[in-house]
Amino acid sequence: MSTTVYIPREATALALGAEAVARAIATEAARTGQDVRVVRNGSRGAFWLEPLIEVQTATGRVAYGPVRADDVAGLFAGGFLAGKTHALCQGPIESIPYLHKQERLTTGRLGVIDPLSLEDYRAHGGYAGLKAAVAMTSAAIVQAVTDSGLRGRGGAAFPTGIKWRTVLDTPGAQKYIVCNADEGDSGTYSDRLLMEGDPFCLIEGLTIAGLAVGATYGFIYLRCEYPHAHAALNAAIAAARAAGYLGANVAGSGRAFDLEVRLGAGAYICGEETSLLESLEGKRGQVRFKPPLPAIKGAFGCPTVVNNVITFASVPIVLQRGAAYYRDFGMGRSRGTLPIQLAGNIKRGGLVECAFGVTLRTLLHEYGGGTRSGRPIRAVQVGGPLGSYWPESKFDTPLDYEAFAQGGGMLGHGGIVVFDDTVDMAAQARYALEFCAIESCGKCTPCRIGSTRGVEVIDRLRAGDRPAMQEALLRDLCNTLTHGSLCALGGLTPLPVLSALEHFPEDFVKPVAAAAAGR
Amino acid sequence: MSARRPVTIPVRVEPGSDLPPTERSAVLESVNDNRSLQGALLPVLHGIQDRLGWVPPRAVPLVAFELNLSRAEVHGVLSFYHYFRQSQPGKQVIYLCRAEACQAVGAAELEAHAKQKLGVDFHGTSADGRFTLEPVYCLGNCACGPSLMVDKELHARVTPAQFDALVAK
Ligand SMILES: Cc1cc2nc3c(=O)[nH]c(=O)nc-3n(C[C@H](O)[C@H](O)[C@H](O)COP(=O)(O)O)c2cc1C
Ligand code: SF4
Ligand code: FES
Repeated sequence: MSTTVYIPREATALALGAEAVARAIATEAARTGQDVRVVRNGSRGAFWLEPLIEVQTATGRVAYGPVRADDVAGLFAGGFLAGKTHALCQGPIESIPYLHKQERLTTGRLGVIDPLSLEDYRAHGGYAGLKAAVAMTSAAIVQAVTDSGLRGRGGAAFPTGIKWRTVLDTPGAQKYIVCNADEGDSGTYSDRLLMEGDPFCLIEGLTIAGLAVGATYGFIYLRCEYPHAHAALNAAIAAARAAGYLGANVAGSGRAFDLEVRLGAGAYICGEETSLLESLEGKRGQVRFKPPLPAIKGAFGCPTVVNNVITFASVPIVLQRGAAYYRDFGMGRSRGTLPIQLAGNIKRGGLVECAFGVTLRTLLHEYGGGTRSGRPIRAVQVGGPLGSYWPESKFDTPLDYEAFAQGGGMLGHGGIVVFDDTVDMAAQARYALEFCAIESCGKCTPCRIGSTRGVEVIDRLRAGDRPAMQEALLRDLCNTLTHGSLCALGGLTPLPVLSALEHFPEDFVKPVAAAAAGR
Repeated sequence: MSARRPVTIPVRVEPGSDLPPTERSAVLESVNDNRSLQGALLPVLHGIQDRLGWVPPRAVPLVAFELNLSRAEVHGVLSFYHYFRQSQPGKQVIYLCRAEACQAVGAAELEAHAKQKLGVDFHGTSADGRFTLEPVYCLGNCACGPSLMVDKELHARVTPAQFDALVAK
């Protein structure tokens, strides 16, 4: 009888050597005459253990990690195919606290299934949401999504049901579903993990959205930095089409829905929904004025739903388990769960999906285990490059859109970037302005030009050149950016800049000795 | 009646007729693969760059002609997106992540090392023509930085020594 071994084919695991491990396992199995069936799964997102190999035993899946190719002979000799213990053995996969303490509603199949097997997908609850949706009216689907309390996971946290309602109520011969898979924020990778590890889940969510608003076609706008996600999506779309889940008669509903993937070209601003639509139409990714909202006049002038990958991927479970099930997780007006991403200088980096309400401190210490360098955490940046830098004193903030906004921050797409005490916060503030200059779409003067002027001001400030004047100038510039920008790239760049200045002012002062020496 | 003046009929050069054959066929293949798409320009430019490694500016008139766009529109799009290259790269392109999560684990040091090792600044190609160095803002590998990508292959927790090994190959 053959033994099943799971080896991730996910970008980070591959970058850490999963392909070499897969080759070594095949070689060693052949050499020792053992019958091994390899399944290339996604990653569960516990990256400090990657490459994380799992062996199917009579009592469940046993995990080994991090495995390097030269560990493989030893694993075979130690009887890992029978789930025997070994220095790398992590025990039954469910026993790893990092994983079993999570509340995985949206990402529950990651690492569990073969991402490209429809059979596996269905065996783990896949397409149950679509089945329910097919039996419902459009209005009832939209109502379920509204009742679930789901808010957009791409950053702005707008209620998804309300957006869908607008598209449903807008007449149009053609409507579109557009999935924002541009995932440009540093410190985020949940979209990528889901697309690589459970692409059918996204496809199912998009299909349900199509039925809900009467759209027959969808686009996934994917950043070109994600070649593995690209391959997985294309293969899954073809498989779903072949099985009748996409096409002229979706799951026997008599209604049509089909999909294609479009690649971006390395522009951060194309994550902003109207810029994304311009790009999809083959133009420069310049931000559009609103109104009209994309829901009224979106892709190619038609009513369009634009949502993030995780937003769409959270819809199947809402339909499968009911709106109340999903809504019962979370706190305040942040309902359900958020796939959080621990990134940067963190010991146990990875994906942590939890109900809203968990504190930053729990995530950083209980899950993350502190910094990778072993030094104290000095600052975190939550919510991507436009998010605030926060010191230790704010770590008891619960993950909740309103609590973060109240504290002067932003939850965004749920990325948490950790810095230890060697970080230079003035350099981080400078980088925020530099990034704004590089990625500006060019439409607004403060964002296009002011960002570069801001870099110069910070340079003078750090050089001790009339510091009080420079600081006043910097604050004035940030004020202009906040109020004179069409979109959040220019509008929110002041968040990282001013939060760094507020919480870490000492980093902006030239050391006294150096100043005295006139250096 | 005034005498008829001789009229010169301008000869319209066929767009793309001055392109080297490989470039011309790359453009035409990519156009043919993508022509039927709505908003075909980005897919067409991707197709050209996949084939040639860059999008030669002299190909712009042919792309514009084939897609019935103005040259200005094509040039505008080509120059807007960081990923599209208008100059020929080295044999391999190294995309080095400069974003925050990688900064937190030493991306700036790696960047300085890479520039010094290859003897180039960003967008430059090493003197031996093997490597072009490009900045990138996040590769989605933010828990295991510093990150870089060589063509389409991702590398994690890259140290300066590993960088040297990578370019020594
Ligand atoms: C500069 C900028 C970049 C953005 N990048 C992304 C992105 O990469 N992915 C994303 O889903 N949303 C991004 N957004 C948010 C989108 O504009 C939009 O709100 C989102 O796609 C709506 O989907 P949701 O409601 O499901 O979040 C960005 C916004 C701005 C201003
Ligand atoms: S704020 Fe910047 S990125 Fe946004 S529309 Fe204005 S110029 Fe473009
Ligand atoms: S910040 Fe470098 S990979 Fe995300």
